[in-house]
Amino acid sequence: MIEIRELTKTYGSTTAVSDLTFTVRPGVVTGFLGPNGAGKSTTMRMILGLDEPTSGSVLVNGHPPRSHAAPLREIGGMIDPRAVHPSRSAYHHLLAIARTSGIGKARVDEVIDAVGLRSASKRRAGKFSLGMSQRLGVAAALLGDPATVVLDEPVNGLDVEGIRWIRGMLRELAADGKTILVSSHLMSEITQTATHLIVIGRGRLIADTSIDEFMATAAPTAVRVRSSDQETLARLLRRPEVTITRTDDDALTVRGMSAGQVGAEAGAAGITVLELATEQASLEDVFVALTQDAVEYRAAI
Amino acid sequence: MTGSTIDPTIPATRALPSYPEPQRVTQVRVMRAEWTKLRTQPSAYWALLTAVILVVGFGIVYSLLRVARPPHGGAMASFDPAAISLSGVQLAQIAVGVLGVLLVTSEYATGLIRTTFATVPRRLPVLWAKAAMVAAAITAVSLPAAFAAFASGQSILSRQHLSVPLSQPGVARAVIGSALYLAVVGLLGLGLGALIRNAAGAIAALFGLLYGLPLAASFLPASMAADVTKYLPASAGQAVTTVQPDPTMLQPWTGFGVLCAYAAVLIAVSAARMRRGDT
Repeated sequence: MIEIRELTKTYGSTTAVSDLTFTVRPGVVTGFLGPNGAGKSTTMRMILGLDEPTSGSVLVNGHPPRSHAAPLREIGGMIDPRAVHPSRSAYHHLLAIARTSGIGKARVDEVIDAVGLRSASKRRAGKFSLGMSQRLGVAAALLGDPATVVLDEPVNGLDVEGIRWIRGMLRELAADGKTILVSSHLMSEITQTATHLIVIGRGRLIADTSIDEFMATAAPTAVRVRSSDQETLARLLRRPEVTITRTDDDALTVRGMSAGQVGAEAGAAGITVLELATEQASLEDVFVALTQDAVEYRAAI
Repeated sequence: MTGSTIDPTIPATRALPSYPEPQRVTQVRVMRAEWTKLRTQPSAYWALLTAVILVVGFGIVYSLLRVARPPHGGAMASFDPAAISLSGVQLAQIAVGVLGVLLVTSEYATGLIRTTFATVPRRLPVLWAKAAMVAAAITAVSLPAAFAAFASGQSILSRQHLSVPLSQPGVARAVIGSALYLAVVGLLGLGLGALIRNAAGAIAALFGLLYGLPLAASFLPASMAADVTKYLPASAGQAVTTVQPDPTMLQPWTGFGVLCAYAAVLIAVSAARMRRGDT
């Protein structure tokens, strides 16, 4: 369980995180979304006790992160998978972490097997691909079998098999009752794993909701229609609560009506419907729409 | 996932068992962790190997040089055979100082320090453990090196009957003191590394401390220069490595104590900086 209350972090005159309040619950995978620079990594560093909040509080399993007597049991984190000594082997990297908490070599071997690094464990970690580094980072996060796991962009650089593997692993961990927070700047990545979403932009909370709810509220479905007389149809569909836009390929996109309603209107007016489809807005579209104002650095047009 | 075992490039993963051990972080465990890091960091081997080669090798070279040009008359009184065989310490101090620096700065450079601090959130046990391990490793390597340098140096000097036995007062202290001096220089490096968090900057500061300060002091008026110089880290620490009493130097163990005080202050200041703040 991660409880974040009125969390603010400023670096000089830059506000990275502003008055953030949310709770990450055990038993589900929570996606932590926001564009680059939204404050995800800053928040995660504060959850891991690496950065100190300017104001507000972070509790991990009920305690401030720096107060844990057995930190690896409480929280496992991955902030930067490349943060290894380049000439130390993956095995010794993990062993050094394990030693701090009295974790034995057998457990180090277990996590190496769990992330699929058995054959590479004696190789220098500096020579690892990004995907292998991610696996090593996940291994380090899971060493102590922690109640809470925080991973910053764990899917970055993983191949298809790796992405499937990590999704499966995160779901299993959540099913075990662990608290899982996984950040991403790409919506599509997170929807396959997470069932709950925390969305931030410019350091502020934008949404704290289940993925299903998020889709339903933030992404009204649209109806795509092509007919023999688009002009007339558009006029017939005009209502205060309905928005109609014309696409490049001369189809109409109708928001605020179901496909059935659109089809009925066309049929009543004797217009031949050539194409009629319900378009589920992709989560990506929703995300972009939601965070558009919150993108810190936008290319000047 | 079916078929994944056919492709050998796809890593085979195994289910992760639970691990219900208590896993309390203790100072001793953090020391074991830092020992694991030290012994798996190739730069540590290179630094220690370099130190040994410089201590023994330069001791032999300088002894050969002095035996070829033996002292005469009045010069005999200030001739310090033990110091000649241990003169490589003056060069080896950079190798062990850099080792101390790199032990900390490499973690900041790679970002590994975040993993370290997330694992040991109270942080300071990491600094104490690093200090203990670097001092122990340097002493363990330098002590035999100093004895080897002394033994080989004296056997060379004995050709001209210039050698001293280990049993002569102050000689064993100088040999052991040389190893301890190197250990404390390693701690100076560690303190500078933890304070500056950047290898180039910390190594430059180390050079400044060991070589720059005496140079700067030599520009002072002659009456002041000697009084100032003997309290500088290098000359204070080297008092413990000399056998012949030198009026321009502090008493052996007093000098060593002054050097330790420099290291202690540096580490204390870096501890204050490390304990709080972001990484």
